[in-house]
Amino acid sequence: MSRAGLLRLVIIAGAALLLEGLIRTDVVPRFTIIPPSEMVSALAAILASGKIRVDIAVTLANVGLAIAAAMIVGVGLGTVLQRAAAARRVLDPLFATYYAIPMYAFYPLLIVVFGLGDLPQVCIGFLLAVMAVIINTLNGLDRVPRVLLKAARVHRMSALRTALRIRLPYAAPYIFTGFKLAVAYSFIGVIGAEFITSSRGIGYEISFAYNNFDNRLMYALILFVLLLVLTVNMSLHVWEKHLMARRRR
Amino acid sequence: MKTRDTLILVAIVLVAWQLLYWAVGSIAFRSPAETVRNAAVLLADPRFMPHVRESMLAFAEAFAIAMAIGLCIGVTLGASRLAGEVAEPILVALYSIPKVTLYPIILLVFGIGMPAKVAFGAIHGIVPISIFALNAIRNINPVYLLTGQVLRLSPWAAARKILIPAALPEIVTGIRVGFCLTLIGTLLGEMFGAQHGLGHLLMQAMTRHNMDSIMALTLLLVVFAAAVNGLLLALDHRLHRRV
Repeated sequence: MSRAGLLRLVIIAGAALLLEGLIRTDVVPRFTIIPPSEMVSALAAILASGKIRVDIAVTLANVGLAIAAAMIVGVGLGTVLQRAAAARRVLDPLFATYYAIPMYAFYPLLIVVFGLGDLPQVCIGFLLAVMAVIINTLNGLDRVPRVLLKAARVHRMSALRTALRIRLPYAAPYIFTGFKLAVAYSFIGVIGAEFITSSRGIGYEISFAYNNFDNRLMYALILFVLLLVLTVNMSLHVWEKHLMARRRR
Repeated sequence: MKTRDTLILVAIVLVAWQLLYWAVGSIAFRSPAETVRNAAVLLADPRFMPHVRESMLAFAEAFAIAMAIGLCIGVTLGASRLAGEVAEPILVALYSIPKVTLYPIILLVFGIGMPAKVAFGAIHGIVPISIFALNAIRNINPVYLLTGQVLRLSPWAAARKILIPAALPEIVTGIRVGFCLTLIGTLLGEMFGAQHGLGHLLMQAMTRHNMDSIMALTLLLVVFAAAVNGLLLALDHRLHRRV
């Protein structure tokens, strides 16, 4: 491991130990936060008991749905918009202000329209994720070299074939960046929405535990969400490096 | 040209909204005209303004804290190559976690009320501002700094004449992103465990199924966020063009 990576581990481990020490010596009250070691043991107990298995499955399914929808719509719209310069120019201010819009403000509206099922959460995740995919798809497609497109024309490839065989494969690394962001934003959107109001899911369980002053359960679940999201993001990062290394060969 | 495009966009959004209204119906939706009217009624209501003031105050405090801490972290870490290398992945990881899960911790630490809202808004803004500031400082062309040394500029003069102008465009981009996220964080903070503020009103309207208020509030928030973002974006573009 690199020196920076090692230092990073030391810092994170040190912070956890410091927190543990502060709580064990009662500098930080136990009512506020429980020691990291207890969070880990509580999490292990909960995972073994299978109590939250359904919630985990629901959250993961909703996040997956949001990511899939964002990828399909995002890549599709990006591909179409890249060919329609006028539409793209008109939509440009929307692209620039999109992430300034407080998406959660739409959540009450979505609940009223779709009811208290899984759909409002998926919608928030999708809304947060889709623009990152569109922007990165456009960014990648803009960089396809002219000579490749000319080669496609020489071979009399149809527009669809050119898109599938040349444009999209060339833009793949950029689309992958969009995918990584879509994953992060979908988790943020879905879990955040579950936390605000919903009937199941990990975010719901956290707010339920908070409202019942069940600190052990709450901190175990928070730890679970953090570990889950970090693991997913880091795996994607490693996968991306792997793909890029193969591409360069 | 640009204003024309924006106007076309606004027109498209309004038409789509009206079509959606006709499709969904008046039980769960309001038309653009009704929403604007409701928003105007809301703005004229003397009971509404204290909530706006409360939200704006919380947001202003959160944003000031996010700027101060974010810039401090970013500039300090950006100045040292090793510190930047160690800290950046941690910051990026913090950026990608759903921060709403941390809200119970903040409520336990600060208690329900203004400080919790401010803290929650601030943690949303600190991370992007520090990531952008870190990269802004780290990516300054070393030739600029060497030139400063050759000219024997004092540290203060070097900061004023070289460091700040070179890093400012990126830092402003970070501040713009941080502004938006702090606003979202503050509103989210108000949606639970608050007695005042726009987020609280939004939650209240949701539990009471008050469509008029939900849509009018959402409209006001979106217009506010988009307007400020537009201003910051213009500043951002101007600074980036200058370099």
